Amino acid sequence: MTFELETATHPEQLRRVAIEPVSRVEGHGKVTILLDDDNKVHQVRLHIVEFRGFEKFIQGRPYWEVPVMVQRLCGICPVSHHLAASKALDMVMGVKQLTPTAEKMRRLMHYGQMLQSHALHFFHLSSPDLLFGFGSDVASRNIVGVAAAHPEVAKKGVLLRKYGQEVIRMTAGKRVHGTGSIPGGVNKSLSAEERAELLKDAYQMVAWSREAVAIIRGLFEQNLAQYNAFGRFRSASMCMVRADGAMDLYHGGLRARDIDGKPLFDHFDYSRYWEVISEGVKPWSYMKFPFFNSLGPDDGSYRVGPLSRVTMCDSIPTPLADKEREDFLAYDGGSAAGATLGYHWARMIEMLHAAESIKDLLHDDDIVGSELMATGERQERGVGVIEAPRGTLIHHYRVDENDQVIRANLIVSTTHNNQAMNTAVREVAKQYLDGREITEGLLNHIEVAIRAFDPCLSCATHALGQMPLEAAIVGADGSVIDSVMRDHRGLTRET
Amino acid sequence: MTAPTLIFGWGNPSRGDDALGPLFVEHFAELARRHPEWGEVECLTDFQLQVEHALDLQGRRRVLFVDASIDAPAPYSLTRIEAARDASFTTHAMSPQAVLRVFTDIEDEPPPAWLLAIRGLHFELGEGLGAAAREHLAAALLAAVEWIQDRPTD
Repeated sequence: MTFELETATHPEQLRRVAIEPVSRVEGHGKVTILLDDDNKVHQVRLHIVEFRGFEKFIQGRPYWEVPVMVQRLCGICPVSHHLAASKALDMVMGVKQLTPTAEKMRRLMHYGQMLQSHALHFFHLSSPDLLFGFGSDVASRNIVGVAAAHPEVAKKGVLLRKYGQEVIRMTAGKRVHGTGSIPGGVNKSLSAEERAELLKDAYQMVAWSREAVAIIRGLFEQNLAQYNAFGRFRSASMCMVRADGAMDLYHGGLRARDIDGKPLFDHFDYSRYWEVISEGVKPWSYMKFPFFNSLGPDDGSYRVGPLSRVTMCDSIPTPLADKEREDFLAYDGGSAAGATLGYHWARMIEMLHAAESIKDLLHDDDIVGSELMATGERQERGVGVIEAPRGTLIHHYRVDENDQVIRANLIVSTTHNNQAMNTAVREVAKQYLDGREITEGLLNHIEVAIRAFDPCLSCATHALGQMPLEAAIVGADGSVIDSVMRDHRGLTRET
Repeated sequence: MTAPTLIFGWGNPSRGDDALGPLFVEHFAELARRHPEWGEVECLTDFQLQVEHALDLQGRRRVLFVDASIDAPAPYSLTRIEAARDASFTTHAMSPQAVLRVFTDIEDEPPPAWLLAIRGLHFELGEGLGAAAREHLAAALLAAVEWIQDRPTD
């Protein structure tokens, strides 16, 4: 089965628009659009050059090295891989319960990552689109434009990001390639000086995070019809929740709901994730398409990430974020909670939760404790799952008797969202491109839909409009009929 | 007190020649320890340049950014750079010019800055540094020694 606009009936008769950014080190994405002579859209595909070679990179390594080396898989969210690998290898060590100090140090690190990642995405990657409009002048649709028009917004974004990085540095032990989390626990707790240093600004971060929620709410209020309709589609969802159903970004069971919001599974033990999730393939994409086994590959795709987490949890265990969650779910009869751009609002609620959690943990004396490691009976397999900034992240390892990793399987957040991003892009293509001449501003609408999910490839997709890009419309005979070129200075010209 | 000289290299040490930036910083830090006449030098690395690195520029008298480059002339290029709005704004990997621009937006006039772009050839995950890149690294280190000796901070 294919989805609407996934595969055209006669592609050889159609023109092709390719949006292909160039990125040197991280994964990159490409969007192809097939149009007929009247610019009617027949096919839209988001291709992602996935993180190939991950498993090979890990296999053969001693398992205790893995939490450090997996940070090099991705320059965007190394802490997420650090923690997911640590959790999987806790299981290999037979550790079922960390010491309070170890768990709270890992949580502090994780919330630091969540804070800095969400701050970067909202203030610097998405705010130009949101503050100036999706089809606005490309010259101002960047963070310089934001800094000029909203200098406080830009500066708070930098300082929130910096604070999150400082939390990571003090919990992981280093600015990059941290070693703080190790199989069975952690190798350091906070010193009294580090705790005091972080506490100095903790309340300010909570206040600024509240302001950020107010900014995105205000943008929804100003543009309600557009934001609600933009790339909107119904989808199944998955996230991890605590035993009482509350949001838990570090540990819990898997919760899934179908397209109508009915439960598919709840509090499912993630160490058997393959019993509820499979990974499908499509001939046109390197990236897999996960689906719920109970619904099958045709109907079982789902989305993960902030929107799934905020809408599916029963509560958020910090008071300010929980109040914002309630307001979000109630807003305009719940309309924002189903919108693709609702991801931005949900993301800021999570940033507030992260800031509140950091503040609370810094007041907890376990964070300066000395019991760092737990032990258990060695196992040959381990699965670790966390809710990373972009969604559910699964690490699965098998380790042989020589302590070498012999099998690794990683399902990253962006992979879970593969079908959802494709669907969002197709909805936007139908809404904005169908029957119209392709312009840079219209192409940016496609990118806005992708950016809402904050995929790992957003380092590439977000660069569209500024990084080298050529969108060529090619005739059936292969000749270029029209093209839109954007060069390194962010200029747009048509030939 | 903030060291007047900042050496900032970036890249992924597990992606072949992308390790040139962090490796350069590692070697240069060792050289700086043996040359107190250069004054205080702080050496920092990261995976990628991002907005918060603008804050690392506070209180500096000179800054040398160091990165692997797929299009710099071999073995390296060393150029003075200025704050600029460029292709890297709103991406997950900013250029040093863009970081200088962020500093301008949130602070003041940025310190004088140079970019040392070391030519790399291979950037695949799991690869080590290539033979040609090693030669380029050695040449770049010599250039940086000249740079720091020729530009006193006081």
